[in-house]
Amino acid sequence: MDQFTLNLLVIGASFALYFGIAFWARASSTAEFYAAGQGVGPVVNGMATAADWMSAASFISMAGLIAFGGYNNSVFLMGWTGGYVLLALLLAPYLRKFGKFTVPEFVGDRFYSTSARMVAVVCLLVISITYVIGQMVGVGVTFARFLEVSTTTGLLIGSAVVFAYAVFGGMKGITYTQVAQYIVLIIAYTIPAIFISLNLTGHFLPQLGFIGGYAPTGGETYFLDKLDQVVTDLGFTAYTADTTNMFNMFLVTMSLMIGTAGLPHVIIRFFTVPKVSDARLSAGWALVFIALLYTVAPAVGSMARLNITTTFWPGAIDGETFSKPALSIAEIDSNPELSWIRNWEKTGLLAFTDKNGDGMIQYFNEPKAVADANKAVADATKALTEAAADADKAPLEAAVAAATAARDAALGEAMLGGQSLAAQGIVGNELTTVNNDIMVLANPEIAKLPGWVIALVAAGGLAAALSTAAGLLLAISSAISHDLIKGALRPDISEKSELLAARISMAFAIALATWLGLNPPGFAAQVVALAFGLAAATIFPVLMMGIFSTKVGKEGAIAGMIVGLLATSIYIFMYLGWFFVPGTNWLPNTPDAHWFGISPAAFGPVGALLNFATAYIVSTMFKAPPREVQELIQSIRVPKGAGKAVAH
Amino acid sequence: MADKTSANSYWAANIRIITVSLVIWFVCSFGLGILLRPALSGIHVGGADLGFWFAQNGSIYVFLVLIFVYAKMMNKVDRDHGVEE
Repeated sequence: MDQFTLNLLVIGASFALYFGIAFWARASSTAEFYAAGQGVGPVVNGMATAADWMSAASFISMAGLIAFGGYNNSVFLMGWTGGYVLLALLLAPYLRKFGKFTVPEFVGDRFYSTSARMVAVVCLLVISITYVIGQMVGVGVTFARFLEVSTTTGLLIGSAVVFAYAVFGGMKGITYTQVAQYIVLIIAYTIPAIFISLNLTGHFLPQLGFIGGYAPTGGETYFLDKLDQVVTDLGFTAYTADTTNMFNMFLVTMSLMIGTAGLPHVIIRFFTVPKVSDARLSAGWALVFIALLYTVAPAVGSMARLNITTTFWPGAIDGETFSKPALSIAEIDSNPELSWIRNWEKTGLLAFTDKNGDGMIQYFNEPKAVADANKAVADATKALTEAAADADKAPLEAAVAAATAARDAALGEAMLGGQSLAAQGIVGNELTTVNNDIMVLANPEIAKLPGWVIALVAAGGLAAALSTAAGLLLAISSAISHDLIKGALRPDISEKSELLAARISMAFAIALATWLGLNPPGFAAQVVALAFGLAAATIFPVLMMGIFSTKVGKEGAIAGMIVGLLATSIYIFMYLGWFFVPGTNWLPNTPDAHWFGISPAAFGPVGALLNFATAYIVSTMFKAPPREVQELIQSIRVPKGAGKAVAH
Repeated sequence: MADKTSANSYWAANIRIITVSLVIWFVCSFGLGILLRPALSGIHVGGADLGFWFAQNGSIYVFLVLIFVYAKMMNKVDRDHGVEE
């Protein structure tokens, strides 16, 4: 059976499973639509939360980010797991005790103000909509790669699938589909990881292989030392190298942690469990299921990176990096075990050009001087070829000659494997693109695993993207139908009409997300930085103050949220362009131009501090919260009396 | 009035447990994983130095234990103060 048919079968079977579950778990009331009737056990909810949380970025991109970013990108590992400690200790149990359906609803009741609720709705919509764009793009890309359709068709199929189970099933349908999606995605992630770990280190558990010995040399060298040696030979920074900016790394980790705890689509998952003690336990189970992937991710990334590097420098496997010549193009085309290189070249995730015409692909980190000199040659040559027929060519030809001479001088000075590049006839790095995502997507092929594992990875990538998209869409639609329509515009709406409004809002949210997925603003990575920064600077502080302070009132909460929202978005837009429109940024996005060296992705904690400070200062100028709010605060602090959620 | 005192001591006990847990949370991630890594580079866990291992794997294990211990301790505190569900 060919790979395409296998992919189709495995993906088709996984979708049939999701539809079956969705039909079985249809929502028949608003309580079921918003919070799955509060009947989800802590382990099941933990699994659903893990799928809800682990997005296309976690599944497809994170291992590659860590593979190429090394120690510096540990921020994702710590940041995206440490947030669950904050959720379990500071938010989940109290919000479950409060016992209603949405995050803005808590803000509105605790701060006795519909305006506060509406500001929270705005924050929620900005966070969730920016986040959902990345998921829709992920669905389109995965479909396009594995089912040989265009990205647009892929995205439309994905939207139709989400539509089918989210509109009818609501939170109840989404919860049980997410459980199935978690199982698909964790199997798809772990199987290639175990095989690759056995190959490289002889350890069954990737977590142990990662810190164990490197098998091809008899295990005497540690795997990590081997990786460091090979990549530094090629001029890259060592995988375990220390960070150059500890302060920024600290802040990015903090931003991701408190951002995670402030993401509405994650918080509402804890509204679905029956008891307060279940909410605490459920956060622990969620982290168990997340850790199964997150503790494996650095092993997957680092091992895939060593594999890909030794593929291009075969000598690096058991000897010195340069003890054998680089991989030849003839070998790529004749060796069936290397067919993945041409396969992935088609998708654009991998690209190579034989710049010096020696029939081999030399992969290394081009020194900046060489890269700049090569660009100057290319620019001068372009100017010459584009010059008008009757123009004076002499100065242009002279410019090309000068640029070429400068480039040759740079090549004479740059070293690779103890010899200058010029002496080896190398003009530049010839593996021009290695996309982060390839570390997971091509992993089964690089590790020479059977076709059904490749198909499983495709189904896993789709499961990760679809489950997160569904969770986000529910957060968006419940904010519209429950907070905006029922809470502000039409408070007298009946239960039946609200359920209909919730389904229509869901359909509307899916249409909006699909449109944004087809026309994404900027690129997804920047947009995700905004989502985490805003969650950290708006939702997290307002919920914390709502639970732990008896003094902060509505004026403080509203002012705090607005300050957090504006400060964080302005700081990010300043460096990344207004609303991510390229070229509209005021300052270049470089460490020198950053305020105190704080990168846009690291601003979340600063925004949160501004939010807290504003809220406390403003609250001292106004009356303390009224008596019934004080009683509400006392009531959410104790577990006793948590019943079924009530719709007012 | 007795009820109020009990609620206050329950909340105080909760805050104490949260504070201790957050100190551990901070030390194992921001402390060992980031700030103290250079100082601890001599200590090794297999092929990784201690700080690196905490940043990529160890902190996650600590987070897990922390949440389950917190959940268990709070169940006991709930019962002791008679506020369990």
